[in-house]
Amino acid sequence: MPKLITGVGCPYCGSSCDDLEVLISDDETKVLEVHNACIIGNNLFHHANDPTRPRLPRQRQPDGSMKEIPYEEAIDYFAKTLLAAKKPLIYGFGSTNCEGMSAVGRIAEKAGAVLDNCATICHGPSFLAMFDNGYPSCTLGEAKNRADVVVFWGCNPMHAHPRHTSRYSIFPRGYFTGKGQMARTVLSIDPRETDTAKLADVHLMLDQGHDYELFDAFRTVLRGHDIPDKVAGIDKETIIKAVDIMKKARFCMIFFGMGCTHTDGRNHNIDAAISLTRDLNDHTKCSIMAMRGHYNIAGPGQVWSWQFGFPYCIDLSKGTHAHMNPGETSSIDLAMRDEVDCFVNVGADAGAHFPIQAVQHLKKHPFIAVDPNFCMASEIADLHIPVRIAGVDEPGVVYRMDNVPIQFKAVLKGLPGVPSDEELFDRVYERMCELTLTQPIWLAAKEHRKYPHNTNPMVS
Amino acid sequence: MAEIIVKGGFVIDPTRKIDGDVGDVAIKDGKIVDKVSSSAKVIDAKGKVVMAGGVDVHAHVAGPKVNVGRLYRPEDKLLSGFCRSAMAQKNGYRMESGFSIPSTFKTGYDYARMGYGFVMEAAMPPIHSPHVHEEIHDTPIIDEAALPVFGNNWFVMDYLKKGEVENTASYIAWLLKATKGYGVKVVNPGGTAAWGWGLNCVSLDDPVPYFEITPREIIKGLIEANEYLGLPHSMHVHQNDLGNPGNYKGTIDSLKISEGVKPKNKFGREQVMHSTHLQFHSYGGTGWGDFESKAKEVMDYVNKNKALTVDTGNVTLDETTTMTADGPFEHHLQGLNHLKWCNVDVEMETAAGVVPYVYDPNIKVCDIQWAIGLELALYAKDMNRIFITTDHPNAGPFTRYPRVMKWLMSRKARESVLNSFKHKDKVIAATTLHQIDRELTLFEIAQMTRSGPAKCLGMSNIYGGLAPGMSADVAVFDLNYKNMPSDPDMIEKAFQRAACFIKSGEVVVKDGEVVSNGHKKTVWVNVNMPENPQVKRDITQSFTKDYTVQLENYSVKDYLAPHPFVINVDVEA
Amino acid sequence: MAKVIMNMITQRSIEEGAAMEQGKTNPNYFDACSICEINPEDMKKLGIWKNTNVRVTSECGSVIVKAIEPSQYCPPGLAHIRQGVWANQVVPPRTQSTGTPQYSGFPVTIEPAINEKLKTALELVQGSVGLWKGGQ
Repeated sequence: MPKLITGVGCPYCGSSCDDLEVLISDDETKVLEVHNACIIGNNLFHHANDPTRPRLPRQRQPDGSMKEIPYEEAIDYFAKTLLAAKKPLIYGFGSTNCEGMSAVGRIAEKAGAVLDNCATICHGPSFLAMFDNGYPSCTLGEAKNRADVVVFWGCNPMHAHPRHTSRYSIFPRGYFTGKGQMARTVLSIDPRETDTAKLADVHLMLDQGHDYELFDAFRTVLRGHDIPDKVAGIDKETIIKAVDIMKKARFCMIFFGMGCTHTDGRNHNIDAAISLTRDLNDHTKCSIMAMRGHYNIAGPGQVWSWQFGFPYCIDLSKGTHAHMNPGETSSIDLAMRDEVDCFVNVGADAGAHFPIQAVQHLKKHPFIAVDPNFCMASEIADLHIPVRIAGVDEPGVVYRMDNVPIQFKAVLKGLPGVPSDEELFDRVYERMCELTLTQPIWLAAKEHRKYPHNTNPMVS
Repeated sequence: MAEIIVKGGFVIDPTRKIDGDVGDVAIKDGKIVDKVSSSAKVIDAKGKVVMAGGVDVHAHVAGPKVNVGRLYRPEDKLLSGFCRSAMAQKNGYRMESGFSIPSTFKTGYDYARMGYGFVMEAAMPPIHSPHVHEEIHDTPIIDEAALPVFGNNWFVMDYLKKGEVENTASYIAWLLKATKGYGVKVVNPGGTAAWGWGLNCVSLDDPVPYFEITPREIIKGLIEANEYLGLPHSMHVHQNDLGNPGNYKGTIDSLKISEGVKPKNKFGREQVMHSTHLQFHSYGGTGWGDFESKAKEVMDYVNKNKALTVDTGNVTLDETTTMTADGPFEHHLQGLNHLKWCNVDVEMETAAGVVPYVYDPNIKVCDIQWAIGLELALYAKDMNRIFITTDHPNAGPFTRYPRVMKWLMSRKARESVLNSFKHKDKVIAATTLHQIDRELTLFEIAQMTRSGPAKCLGMSNIYGGLAPGMSADVAVFDLNYKNMPSDPDMIEKAFQRAACFIKSGEVVVKDGEVVSNGHKKTVWVNVNMPENPQVKRDITQSFTKDYTVQLENYSVKDYLAPHPFVINVDVEA
Repeated sequence: MAKVIMNMITQRSIEEGAAMEQGKTNPNYFDACSICEINPEDMKKLGIWKNTNVRVTSECGSVIVKAIEPSQYCPPGLAHIRQGVWANQVVPPRTQSTGTPQYSGFPVTIEPAINEKLKTALELVQGSVGLWKGGQ
């Protein structure tokens, strides 16, 4: 009999919807139907059924082809490569669970690696702005229950977070927002008329790359001063009207995304946005939130902050203390300046999402990809190690875009013999300790590691 | 199993009224015992003070706002103070980082270095409880528990408005189980709920917008619900109007709400209200100009009312990070010092704010705050009802506890600080510290940091003492009871790095340095009571309509608290 | 041959996300991401009909993509290649010392490339690092 599992979390975007229902086969190995997910989540779950999913690590041969090797061999290669490298870079973690991120922390510390995550090419500028200006924010439920003015600045949830507007930001009927969309005024600031802009009551189609000036103009108007007739391509009257809407809100919620972080100004755009939020708090209640891209990209920021004190770009190569300096210790910059001599890609696809020149630099050195599926990184890697899909065949803690932790379930039994990220990293760590004649450092929390679906015996 | 004997030290154990007698402490299988065999490992404590492991009743060490503090303050890592210089992993220990908001590894190691065995995470937002437990299990050595916050919780406000104490109690029982929490924490009751709309409740009778319940009613109701359940700990409150000149009157009014309620529990607890970081609530004056200490007035009341326990919240005059569920206060603070401000409003439950703060000794107000924290302890009559904290990291990092102990034990040390102030005369005029000769004894320090907090938390049979049966948390300090150092800095030094610390029967610190990652436990309270269909229905309804996570994903899974120590409470129907 | 200088952005789209989750070697991913959205006015300047291949060249690379009419309106002068393998052939890696490349807002030269073929994702990525062996 097929089984229906409820309360399933979707491991795609930062909305981290946990209201999915998945119908699985009786033997718990196939996804039959997915309810409540958007098309992307739906595709993700069904893709887990793909019979060509790799079940063994693959190592690149001298002639360029890939050959399957046992896990033990892959783990040995992984451990040796990390130990041999002076400054390996371990990057990714958009699509793993927190248990995996924690396990990799041990490895990175031992190897003296640089530990970085997708934020480095995504909301890194948001972190940089936070370091200077703070982050007045809230959980998504606050936006759902209270927000009557919602601003989407440089983000397009209809495409990047498809159920965000239904679950949190535009449509839901919340505690104090019983009239749903009818009682919300939506502003979209975007250089294109995106599908989100089409839903908005006001769309400011600004000149691309001029968000900073517009944020500044908003602040200037809010403080009662005059602005030029046109700023960033937007008329003065429109700006004044938009500020008025925000100022008169009962609860103004600002969401922002790559339109601000990927463009000229980077962190300065976000800094201006946060300053605007702080200014608005003198008039009304206002909160701001970064639209984090992946379902658990907030995870490494959280886990590594409590373990090392920094959310990304963590250079552990000094051995005595952690050091963070985005621009210096960030993945792309390290790659472009040839400052790393090994690259490990976990739960992300640098092969597809890094500018190709950075990939070319990284490919000068050993390149390892840890991913449940084939992806661009795995197809250029020297070693591809498959692991279970977090959220599908591996449970774990996940941090939503608003940093709320959600305990995701596994709905399928994992492929036989395929470990989770956590288990893989723990085994690599143990191997590294064996090779260096040191004892692994397990805190009390790790003394009993249990992997119910995995049939492989532990490395003793 | 392992037998240890701590031989020949000056034992200081207020639970058995032992004050400096030379004696042995025998340990077997993680517990204190009467005696051990001759094959026991000997720890020579001759000429040294032996106390139970310290108990910290209130510190912000694990959770979302603590982590926001770490995340957004890279500069806190720059001058990490006691950061070890040896290579991490090569020496068997995890890397340490952070001064005012240490990483979880550093937190565990630093507490252990000071001989502390148990720390209570002061405020856990229930929806974030998996996060809190993740951090707790990444904190080595020390046992920890966490207090979920209830004072701005929508269920609580709804039930208490209708006077439904029993339903409130059922909800508390459910939430403690779901979050693996320890007790009832109340922060800025009503005010933080008002902050959801950018407002606040500064007096006890300011009603919360929409919910129309007052802080007074919330405090009273939660005390009653707490006693209905008979929890190990009492209601633990951070009063309204924190940090504002003149707030001492409201503080005393809040404390008075405890009158007439009898403590009901099977854990030896005698108080019905624990008032935390009292320093921030003992302010006189009408503004910063005439800001003054009202510690004496507040302690006059606390001394009279045996149903109260308090902790000090001492300002340590450091650059630190303030973080609290008192969201409106943090917004107010960023308006004063214009530093970076983080805020997180948590749906249905609470909020949090984080703002860095520099307690500059050149600023008169900071000096007065420093004095107030010390005055509170020095005016206290029953040292078992007042505990040393710094509301870490709000008034200072917990690594300053030895410095606070030094100030309390040595007038000379206090005067030295007072004399260093630029505005010394103004500070003396606004406080009474200069007139106080009292110097606390080691016994009193042990009461304030061991027996008192343990009893207040309802764990006096486990922590805070050296009686047989208790957890073998034993700290040895390099202080000669019979020949105490004349230089007060030696007191601080001794307490900063224990000569030896045994945690749950395992030697974890030797000569001030960590020698084991220990086997920490997560402590939580499991309330067994008949199911309440009304509350169950209300919870299910709320998750369906108002929350943005599913009820079935809300409760903390067991593996996140891998070494639990569960205290069971049975509530009759 | 007409050459137009345009401002390029690369962003997420639901077509890209949905296809990516079916695998980057899936034909849907090819269809979703090997395109460049260009306002019809700019297509006129280029002298091309919609669904024609064009060469997009930035300061650091060049790629052949298919010019299509935007599914979400792009004003004249603004071009959009959905984030992914084709876009990253031309995204400049300069980070303004922040770690984040210039994914959006970089100048490109676009010219018709009617007779040039689109390359597959594997060919582009493996080809860039010397691992392309031909085939799919």
